[in-house]
Amino acid sequence: MSAADAALAPPVRVHVPPRSFRSELRAMKIVWQRDLIRFRSDRIRIITSLVQPLLFLFVLGSGLQQLSSASTDGVNLKTFIYPGVLALAVMFTAMFSAASIVWDREFGFMREMLVAPVSRSSIVIGKCFGGATVASFQGVILLALAGTVGVPYKPAVILGLFGLMLLLAFTITAFGVMVAARIKQMQAFMGVMQMIVMPMFFLAGALYPVTNLPAWLAVLNRLDPLTYAVDPMRRLVFNHLDISSAARETLAPGVTWWGWHVPVLLEVVIVLVLGLAMLGVAIWEFKGDE
Amino acid sequence: MDGTAPPPAIEVDGLEKSFGDVHAVRGVSFEVAPGEVFGFLGPNGAGKTTTINMLCTLARPTAGSARVAGFDVVARRDDVRRHIGLVFQDPTLDGYLTAEQNLRLHAELYGVESSLVPGRMRQVLEMVGLWERRATTVMTFSGGMRRRLEIARGFMHSPRVLFLDEPTIGLDPQTRSSIWRYIRQLKEAEEITIFMTTHYMDEAEFCDRIAIMDQGEIVALDTPAALKAGVGADRVRIQTEDDEAAIAALADRFGIEGRTSENAVTFFVEGGEEFVPRLFAELGVPITSVNVSRPTLDDVFMSHTGTTIRDAEESSATHRNRIMLQVMTGARR
Repeated sequence: MSAADAALAPPVRVHVPPRSFRSELRAMKIVWQRDLIRFRSDRIRIITSLVQPLLFLFVLGSGLQQLSSASTDGVNLKTFIYPGVLALAVMFTAMFSAASIVWDREFGFMREMLVAPVSRSSIVIGKCFGGATVASFQGVILLALAGTVGVPYKPAVILGLFGLMLLLAFTITAFGVMVAARIKQMQAFMGVMQMIVMPMFFLAGALYPVTNLPAWLAVLNRLDPLTYAVDPMRRLVFNHLDISSAARETLAPGVTWWGWHVPVLLEVVIVLVLGLAMLGVAIWEFKGDE
Repeated sequence: MDGTAPPPAIEVDGLEKSFGDVHAVRGVSFEVAPGEVFGFLGPNGAGKTTTINMLCTLARPTAGSARVAGFDVVARRDDVRRHIGLVFQDPTLDGYLTAEQNLRLHAELYGVESSLVPGRMRQVLEMVGLWERRATTVMTFSGGMRRRLEIARGFMHSPRVLFLDEPTIGLDPQTRSSIWRYIRQLKEAEEITIFMTTHYMDEAEFCDRIAIMDQGEIVALDTPAALKAGVGADRVRIQTEDDEAAIAALADRFGIEGRTSENAVTFFVEGGEEFVPRLFAELGVPITSVNVSRPTLDDVFMSHTGTTIRDAEESSATHRNRIMLQVMTGARR
């Protein structure tokens, strides 16, 4: 038996070095890689999480086009909702990635990570980057479809959209991990996420322009963090469309605060700061969770 | 050697852990020498897992202190973690990854030097007979294979102390004995101290020394042979037509304390076989069957706690259920 041979061979002695910055980086990297490996091997998930965005984009987009062609100044409705659909796809995938933390706890794998001689911050950070990367990959599939809905394949548009998706995915994963630290059952976690994600999506103006809204909706829209992720994507797309400035003004007016136009850079900073803040809370929660 | 003993692999002094009013571990003290296989034996709920969790830095002691591989479990948590391997009672593998990927992940988390990882991985996988299955997703593994992989993973970073919490729980007898074969082989191949818990008496026999734990306390600690010798007497188990009368008669005529367990009266007496004829002649209660045996660890447990390990488990399960019920109905106390 091979076991007997192995017992005769001199053992390969290894050594676990004291904690260092390098060992923390390695831990982050492997937690991140694990998400990628699992995503790659889970083809069903890649397909199923595309269904919803594609329904929105092609079915809802084509259907509602009949009603709205007059008010979109000749712009295809699919083009209009494309950025919102990208956001939706990224949100769902990021949420599922965060859900795997709840899963890991239920199936015990979490303990393997928590007893390792590394900081819990490294594990949480690795997890958030993993979720962000996986969700952006999912987004790439939708980016490939840009041409079919009238969005030009210009490097500036595609790279810009990819960057924004990465940012949004990171923030949503951080949010999910933060929630997962508190909620220990999968059912409850999915329930909470649905309850939060769907309203966020509908309020964010993913499917409609954010000017001339009823006052209550305008307020909720400005409070919704997702607004500040969808708006830069839409402005990026519309800046590269060959349409009249009037149409651009109606369809991608940009977010305003009491009449002041919020610059894209500030919007990006809002999403990033929120993501980092939630990452901070998640780390703090996991550190206290002994 | 200059005669000084090497420092103990594990030193525990007055360790306690309470969860609110519940005292799970009530001041245990012991030492484990390097290279020893040390077992914690006791029913579920005796505090074995809580003790292991404290030694592995997963739970903070309420009082007392412990040093593992020379490091204090509270003050030098990371140093303890670097030097220990863990195999938990519940599985902690990632089923979506292959055996190899699980080990690789472990090596990365522990910062094992990359150039040594492939050689070490091959070695530990071969030792548990899973090298051929290294590229298989763990999800498809049987319970016994998963356990072996977890044991291999516990060894992956060459720990000084390996903790095994109920390493064979829920496995069939054949798999259990193969797991034990692997553990013994690994033990021979590496300089390692093994600390394990079990509630299987036959497994406790593999240990160099055993601590018997009951209700959060160590009630006996010695080698299996010494513990059994300590019972001194043989175990006699009789079935009678009236157990209560039999116990009364035993006390009366022979001055022997008998206990009922599992529908029989059990007592200990020196020279059991010679005692049986006297028993039949003098007891005065009809005996339907008799069984004399050398003491087992079960008897050691019984002589120290007054119950069998199985009865202790049942009563602790009822106790736990009662607490659960009180918590759920909000009717505490």
